[in-house]
This record gives sequence, structure tokens and C-alpha cells, in this order.
Amino acid sequence: MLEIRNLCATADHKTILKGINLKVGIGEVHAIMGPNGSGKSTLAQVLAGHPSYAVTDGEVRYEGQDLLALAPEERAREGVFLAFQYPLEIAGVSNAYFLRTGLNEIRKHKGLEELDAMEFLGLLKEKMKLLEMEPSMKSRSVNEGFSGGEKKRNEILQMAIMDPKLAIMDETDSGLDIDAMKIVAKAVNKFRSPDNAVIVVTHYQRLLNYITPDFVHVLFDGRIVRSGGKELALELEEKGYDWIKEEAGTLREARV
Amino acid sequence: MNTAPDTIEALANREYKYGFVTPIESDVIPRGLNEDIIRMISAKKNEPEFMLEWRLRAYRRWLTMEEPKWANLHYSPINYQDIIYYSAPKQKKPLGSLDEVDEELLRTFEKLGIPLEEQKRLAGVAVDAVFDSVSVATTFKEKLLELGIIFCSFSEAVQNHPDLVRKYLGTVVPYSDNYFAALNSAVFSDGSFCYVPKGVRCPMELSTYFRINAMDTGQFERTLIVAEEGSYVSYMEGCTAPIRDTNQLHAAVVELVALERAQIKYSTVQNWYAGDREGRGGIYNFVTKRGKCAGDNSRISWTQVETGSAITWKYPGVILQGNNSIGEFYSVAVTNNYQQADTGTKMIHIGKNTRSTIVSKGISAGHGNNTYRGLVKVLPKAMGARNYTQCDSLLLGDQCGAHTFPYMEVQNSSSSVEHEACTSKISDDQIFYCKQRGLSAENAVSMIVNGFCKEVFKNLPMEFAVEASKLLGISLEGSVG
Ligand SMILES: Nc1ncnc2c1ncn2[C@@H]1O[C@H](COP(=O)(O)OP(=O)(O)OP(=O)(O)O)[C@@H](O)[C@H]1O
Ligand SMILES: [Mg+2]
Repeated sequence: MLEIRNLCATADHKTILKGINLKVGIGEVHAIMGPNGSGKSTLAQVLAGHPSYAVTDGEVRYEGQDLLALAPEERAREGVFLAFQYPLEIAGVSNAYFLRTGLNEIRKHKGLEELDAMEFLGLLKEKMKLLEMEPSMKSRSVNEGFSGGEKKRNEILQMAIMDPKLAIMDETDSGLDIDAMKIVAKAVNKFRSPDNAVIVVTHYQRLLNYITPDFVHVLFDGRIVRSGGKELALELEEKGYDWIKEEAGTLREARV
Repeated sequence: MNTAPDTIEALANREYKYGFVTPIESDVIPRGLNEDIIRMISAKKNEPEFMLEWRLRAYRRWLTMEEPKWANLHYSPINYQDIIYYSAPKQKKPLGSLDEVDEELLRTFEKLGIPLEEQKRLAGVAVDAVFDSVSVATTFKEKLLELGIIFCSFSEAVQNHPDLVRKYLGTVVPYSDNYFAALNSAVFSDGSFCYVPKGVRCPMELSTYFRINAMDTGQFERTLIVAEEGSYVSYMEGCTAPIRDTNQLHAAVVELVALERAQIKYSTVQNWYAGDREGRGGIYNFVTKRGKCAGDNSRISWTQVETGSAITWKYPGVILQGNNSIGEFYSVAVTNNYQQADTGTKMIHIGKNTRSTIVSKGISAGHGNNTYRGLVKVLPKAMGARNYTQCDSLLLGDQCGAHTFPYMEVQNSSSSVEHEACTSKISDDQIFYCKQRGLSAENAVSMIVNGFCKEVFKNLPMEFAVEASKLLGISLEGSVG
């Protein structure tokens, strides 16, 4: 469903992504790991269409379309969802209203009836229960005053409601306590289906104990330098990134 | 904000849908201003002597005054001799009952979304419709009268309730108050009058809809609301004008009087024509609005949403004379393109334990300039007075401006005055976040802006809140992306 070829991107004249290649098939879960600053969030943001990043080379096919040619909101309506590493706050706009407006845009795009307030409330209640969220969270302003963990959980609530085809989770686990992580993982596993795909960006093997990935990739210095099965995550947990960095370094030297 | 321009553009340029002109024959008087003109206006309205006297005194006072220059507003001088001070639609039959209103006028108000036929009206709202210089119809008059509530045009009040008019006219905004108030007092042509007797809770929203139609005329209306002991009334006002590339002057006066335990809620959605993208045309809106909490435990709230006009100069205030009285001011002011607004409030604490709350939300886009100017004055005898002021500005784009001038004078030590202010921008990241959830840029901006205004909107009557939030989207069309 997603094919990234030689994707290069810059921000502020700085080259961050230096030729990413990645194929995600329908029904798969891919984990992306890698040291701080390696470009994981940048990749996620570029896929979602953040205006701060300029794609300088490469292409991205999504469901047979040129993803990069679509505006961010069109990507969202086509089923690309990004759970942000740093969710934004919107003062004065209730969580429920925000979600319903977004969901209805997506439904409109799909040619479905918009949900009225009552129908939506039913859906929202069900998903909030799944995520074990306080009912009061729905009427609070979007992410305003939410704790770090609450924000992350709220992202997954949004994902559960929008029901995307491709969900990208950028470090959703950081900031979550152990119980919260289990709850979130449970929601993600419930969401997983043969009709969608998930990319999980994470630093920790722990999350992958609950959300079992089909593939694990290591991003370093703007490139995917290693890919493997779920064992790769265990190996990283044990050995850290040094050996990967070294390998990548030698590779690069060899290339020069 | 590099993502924004397209949407902001698109937003800002959506058509002003009230910009049409009604083809109707008018009864106009010659251009210009002098004592004869004032006599002519007074005669047309068949006014008692005391009114004419009052107008003339106001006019003579006005001649000695100067147009205020302290506001943060820039406009070319107004030629007061080039304005037509009275224009009334010629009607086949005399004004008064609804079935006598000219078809063309009924259609005009219908087109503005204000059907005047009572059966078509929202059940809970009574309307006084003012077209250019005169009130053309007031709905639900009889029904209100059963409760002793007088709701009619100002002209009718002068004819039928001269004692009430005489007793209260100018008691809150004297004609000498300021330049525009003096001008209004001299030439005002109509407006609304409302009197709620002791202990009566007005069962419906009262509203006045002002429509400027004729060219080169000024609109000078005057509204007076008196709430007797223990009564309650909620009043709303709306306004629109045709699109023209010359400026038109609107100088209104509103006076509110709340006696012991009375409560008046006054809401405005101001949508006068704002001028075009280059700043041509639009209404000059110079308005004096003031309420007096004359009795103990009385309460007056102003809620305003100012989205129209090329220039807005307006400071609805409350004189807190009664002990324990409460004054409130909730405002959203939007300036886009070349619009300028200098608006705020005056809270004058005189009585003991008086309280005031000010929440001002200024939104600037395009080349718009938005100024909050507020005065909180606590007199020596106003022991235990309290004020809370919050002034927030939201900037859309980087060519607009927001300015805040809070003046505070506290003359006793048992009172507290609190002021908070903040200026924010809609960030690209916020818009991106919304887009990532499927929202268009326009929707995102409108949602963020509405969220910013929430504290004010929640004080508006339902009918108005929906309208206001839509209007906000429209005024900002083309502002962000
Ligand atoms: N908008 C931007 N402007 C300039 N530099 C940026 C921008 N976004 C990211 N960068 C830089 O690009 C590099 C990659 O950042 P990115 O956020 O993608 O890393 P990451 O792999 O997600 O790291 P972490 O694990 O810490 O979240 C960093 O050096 C970062 O400072
Ligand atoms: Mg990151």
C-alpha cells in the first residue's frame, strides 16, 4: 500500500532524509527505530505533508497514488493518519467537536453520510471506553492542559475514531506509563486488520512486546541502514546503536 | 506564515452577501447640517418642543467641540456638510402596523434573514426593523404590551411615552459627552425604545436590525432601554449595509438604565460593510454605548462581535452606581484587509462592592489594525470594588497589528484590579495538525479562531452565537492556510 523510493527531504536547507526506501504492505506492522535526530519524525511528517519539509528527491506511492502530490488534508482524507510525537493544543475547541469535524470531512470524502452529534457521541463513548479515558476529556479543549501521557492517549483515540488505512505512530509510547502503554497497545491491536497498515516509530522494545511488528527498520542519519524481523528490536535493546553506527560509518566510507 | 496566504486570501475575499441595494423611493432632506436641518428633522417626526430644544442644545454644543483624535485610527477627514442627515423610504401608507409595510421593504428584510411577518419569525425574538433613518416595523409589540413591556421605535416612544423619554434621555450619555454623541443627539432620526416594568422578566429576546440603504446618508440612531426594579431583558442588535466605494458615517448612541436588581443583557453583532480588499468604502462606525447600573444589585452586560465597518470607534461602558452592581464586557473584534478598530470599554466603579469583568478578543488579519482601549476607574467610595480584565489578541499573518491600552485608576485601597493580556499567532503546526485530521485550512482557521472567541460567544443568545461564529468564518475568509 505504501512504497517509498529514495526519499530525500530538507528543512531549513539542512538535508535530513537522505534516500529512504521502504515498502509497507497491507496488513503489516512496521517498526522504525533509530537514535535521536536520525530523521524518524521527519519521515513521518513528510509522509503527512508538513509544509516545513521540502522533498528534494524520490517518490512515495500510496494506494496507487502519488502521495506527495496530495495536500495534507487530502492525505488525511485518503486514510493517512499521523499520531504526533508532540500533539498540538487548540484552546477553546472541544475534543469532541474537533474530532467530529475531522471525521465528517473524511466521511464526506469517502461519500459517506456525516455523523450527527448524537451518532458521533456514541462512537466517541465506545472508543473512549476502549482507551479507558475519563468521559470529561471529550469536552475539554483539544490537548489543552492534558498531561504528556493523556495527549498520547488522545492521539490514539483519534486514530481509533478516524479508522485510517495507514496509521503512523510517532513515539506514542514515550510519556506513557506502563499501564497506559498496555491500554494503547490493546487499542492498536484492536485497530489492526488485514485492510490497514501501521508504522510504529519507537525507541523501546517494550512497546513491541505488545504490538508485534512484522518488520523492524533502523533509521540512522537519514537512511534506513538495517531491516529485519522483530528479533532486530531485541538485538538493539541489548546492544544499543553503536554497532549499527559503526556499520553505517564503514558503509559510508566504503561508498566515498 | 507561508502556508497561510492562499486560504487567508480566499477567506477574506468571500463576497459580503448583504451588499445589495433596495430600489425604493426615499424621502430625503437636503445635504448638510445647520439649525434648519435639525428643525426639519424634528418637524418630520412631529416632535414635542422639548425634543427640538434638546436637539438644538446638542447641536450648539457640537459646534464647539472637536472630533477626537486620540484613537489609533487613520482616515481622511469627514465632511459633515456633505452628509444627508435624513432619508426615509417612501411608503404608500403611514408606518405603523406590519401589514402596511411596503412589499419591497419586507422583501429586503427577508433577504437579510429577518422576516418581519410574525408567523415567520423565530418564536422567541421580537424585532424592530430600522431602514435608513426610520423604523419600519416592530414585531410582537402587542404581545409584549400585555406584560407592560414597551418595545417600539424611538419616534413612537417620543409620541406615545414622552414622559419616559424625557425622564431618561441623555441621563447616561449626555449630549455633551463627546463629539459623536453630540452629533447624534442633534440629528438622530430613529432607533429603538424599550421599557420593562417592575418585576417583569421579558419572555423573548428583543432585537433591532439596522439597515443602511440610501447613498451618502449618515445613520444616526438612538436606543434607550430602561429596566425597572427586579426586571430582566435581553436585547440584540444587528446591522448591515450595501457595498459602496465611498464611506458612510454611522454614529449611534445607546443608553441603558438598570434599576435595583434589574438585569440588562445587550448583544451586538456588527456587520456593517467593511470596505473592499484595498480599503475602499465601508462604514465609519462611531458609537457611544453606555449603561448605568443605577440601582443596587443591578447588572448590565455588553457582548459584542464586531466584524464589519471600515472603522470602529466604540467603548460600551457601565457606570456602576448601585452597591453590589455588576458590569460586564465581552468583545470580539475582527479586522481584516484595511479595517481598523479602536474598541474597548469603560467601567466606572462608584458603588460599594461593585464588580466588573472585561474579556476582549481582538483578531487581526491582512493589514487590519486592532486596538483595545479600556478604562477601569474605581472612585474613592467604591470600597471593595473588583475588576478582572483579560485582553487577548490573535494575529493572522504578519502585516496586521494588535495594540492594547488598558488604563486603570484605583482611588481606594480596598479594591482590586487585575489585568491579563496575551498575544498569539495561529501556528503553522496547529494548522497542520488540523489538516492532518482532515480539516481544510479554512476550516482549521475558523475553528481555531472560534475557539479563541469561545468565552465571548458563550455569552451570546443562541440565535446570535451561531450567526456570530459563521460570520467570523466569513470575515476571515482568505486570512490563513
Ligand atoms: N523543521 C526543522 N528545521 C530544521 N531542522 C530540523 C527540522 N525538523 C527536524 N530537524 C532536524 O533534523 C534532524 C532529525 O530530526 P527528527 O525530529 O526527524 O529526528 P528523530 O529521529 O525523530 O529524533 P527523536 O528520536 O529525538 O524524536 C534533527 O537534527 C533535527 O534537529
Ligand atoms: Mg522524533
